[in-house]
Amino acid sequence: MTAIHDQAAAPAERVRASREKAKNSLLYLDGVSVSFDGFKALRSLSLVIEPGEMRAIIGPNGAGKTTMMDVITGKTKPDEGDVFFAGDTDLTRMDEASIASLGIGRKFQKPTVFESHTVWNNIDLALAGVRGPFATLFHRTSLRETARIEEILDVIRLADKKEWLAANLSHGQKQWLEIGMLLAQEPQLLLVDEPVAGMTDAETRETAALLREIAKTKSVVVVEHDMSFVRDLDVKVTVLHQGSVLSEGTLDAVSADPTVIEVYLGR
Amino acid sequence: MITAFIFRALDRNTYIVLGLLLAVGILLPLLSLTDPSFPLHVPTYVIALIGKYLCYALLALSVDLVWGYCGILSLGHAAFFALGGYAMGMYLMRQIGARGVYANPVLPDFMVFLNWNELPWFWYGFDHFWFAAIMIVAVPGLLAFIFGWFAFRSRVTGVYLSIITQAMTYALLLAFFRNDMGFGGNNGLTDFKDILGFNIQAPATRGVLFFASALALAAGFLICRAVIASKFGKVLIAVRDAESRTRFIGYRVEGYKLVVFVLSAMMAGVAGSLYVPQIGIINPGEFAPANSIEAVIWVAVGGRGTLIGPIVGALLVNFGKTWFTSGMLAEYWLFVLGALFVAVTLFLPKGVVGTLLARAKARPTSTSAPAAVSPIDATIAAEEGA
Ligand SMILES: Nc1ncnc2c1ncn2[C@@H]1O[C@H](COP(=O)(O)OP(=O)(O)OP(=O)(O)O)[C@@H](O)[C@H]1O
Ligand SMILES: [Mg+2]
Repeated sequence: MTAIHDQAAAPAERVRASREKAKNSLLYLDGVSVSFDGFKALRSLSLVIEPGEMRAIIGPNGAGKTTMMDVITGKTKPDEGDVFFAGDTDLTRMDEASIASLGIGRKFQKPTVFESHTVWNNIDLALAGVRGPFATLFHRTSLRETARIEEILDVIRLADKKEWLAANLSHGQKQWLEIGMLLAQEPQLLLVDEPVAGMTDAETRETAALLREIAKTKSVVVVEHDMSFVRDLDVKVTVLHQGSVLSEGTLDAVSADPTVIEVYLGR
Repeated sequence: MITAFIFRALDRNTYIVLGLLLAVGILLPLLSLTDPSFPLHVPTYVIALIGKYLCYALLALSVDLVWGYCGILSLGHAAFFALGGYAMGMYLMRQIGARGVYANPVLPDFMVFLNWNELPWFWYGFDHFWFAAIMIVAVPGLLAFIFGWFAFRSRVTGVYLSIITQAMTYALLLAFFRNDMGFGGNNGLTDFKDILGFNIQAPATRGVLFFASALALAAGFLICRAVIASKFGKVLIAVRDAESRTRFIGYRVEGYKLVVFVLSAMMAGVAGSLYVPQIGIINPGEFAPANSIEAVIWVAVGGRGTLIGPIVGALLVNFGKTWFTSGMLAEYWLFVLGALFVAVTLFLPKGVVGTLLARAKARPTSTSAPAAVSPIDATIAAEEGA
């Protein structure tokens, strides 16, 4: 009898313990596993992001970095494990739209902007505010919103291209537009997947500066392969390998970690 | 709120389209009422023909709203059109009253023929025009709501969605063929006499029905224009271009699809309701899967993702069809239609109107922005900028 009772209580107990630990964090992943047709993309991954923190995530191709973002944003449901936002919101029970509305924004590895919309409309669509179908049907863009869009366009240096169709932007400009859309959402947490892929060195440095600026007021998780970019960010680094955390610490510390050198940096 | 919503839609192009439709809607019927010796006289059969095309154009517009702007390729829109048609047909049947062959004051002839003694419950209320008018939009809207609720929530998209819309219209086709469904089976509803007390065959009544069709098309155009010009419309295009991206900025895509699908089905229902009194019959053949596919071809020919395109496409293809099928090559029409679809897909992916608009846009007027490159972009930008 007791044994059965204990078994039933165990998961609830674990969730409670998890919630307790999650309390003061902004994002809390514990024991998250995901498998695709038997292939384990994430194996008992645990990660904690504090409010206001910026974190860089590195790791070889296929390490599960993008999959981790998919789990946080509701695209992929984990097979097991806990994912909490702002202490006690269980993200595994929510869909993409509600997670976005909570204040989690995402930039994709492959830049995805709305190609047949203008740059302006891309930002307008992302702008925090109305989301329901009837609200948008009768919505009028307010002066405040217009000013905010202009402001973001300045930050991402696309003010002179606001009437351009997004399809006509260069790869780097699309990356920036997507970062602008992220800003427009006014999220508490930004998940940024490989923001500098395909950028020139100068653009890469500017992007690092931009992200550092954003991180002053928001929590940011950046996935990137570009080591000099990660160095520019100058934040705590987490190394993922085969779906779990291999090492964590300053860039210098993880670079000196023999296991990291073996699986990632050494090659 | 509603007026502001509509007013936003009024740009120069919209005024032109509305003006043209209303002018045609008033002038042609008036000319048909003139003496046949009058040089500009329009024969009644032309009114009947063009009136039918206007209904098709409204159907095409409704298909374009979901396909061209939201990427939902519905191959079942004829079902909504037919349901609107049946709702109108039921009203017209009850208007016949005791003038039927069996002279039953309540039951339509086919029910007497089937030895039915009383009117089935779902025929109640159709003796009132206002009731039928509500059903004309409510029934297609409800079907679209139920269908969309399940399909969009379970995220059925692309070709799978197209296939189940075909299945939906096919199922209705089979159901309406059955005599015990109570909609006249295979023969459908016909032998109409009056509409709102006026003789349905009278030239003046036909003229008014023609005008009503032009008006409905103009109203449909205006509503679509207002929807597209709103932020809602921008979200629709975003869904079409990158559905999952739209979710990640916080839009619940299924809600948007549901709203636009229901609106579109209601428009198709209105089109069907105006079509039936003008051609004088509605039968299950209107649910045929091929009808829905034809409507999609009209949109493709005219140019999806533009609002003028589907209207032009429906008119062009149907004029072509009438001309072609009245000659000796009539039996080859389906091949021509198929070839037309292939040709448009290969050589004019933006359709006739889309191509013209893109060309007008590409003309060097400003140096700031490069001309739109990808298919429907240009037309959308043109419509937005207008
Ligand atoms: N939907 C899916 N179906 C099947 N396998 C998948 C799916 N998504 C990811 N994977 C697999 O999971 C593993 C982790 O992929 P993920 O995209 O998370 O890696 P990553 O760390 O982002 O790699 P990269 O640096 O190349 O972007 C890969 O082996 C990938 O093939
Ligand atoms: Mg990745």
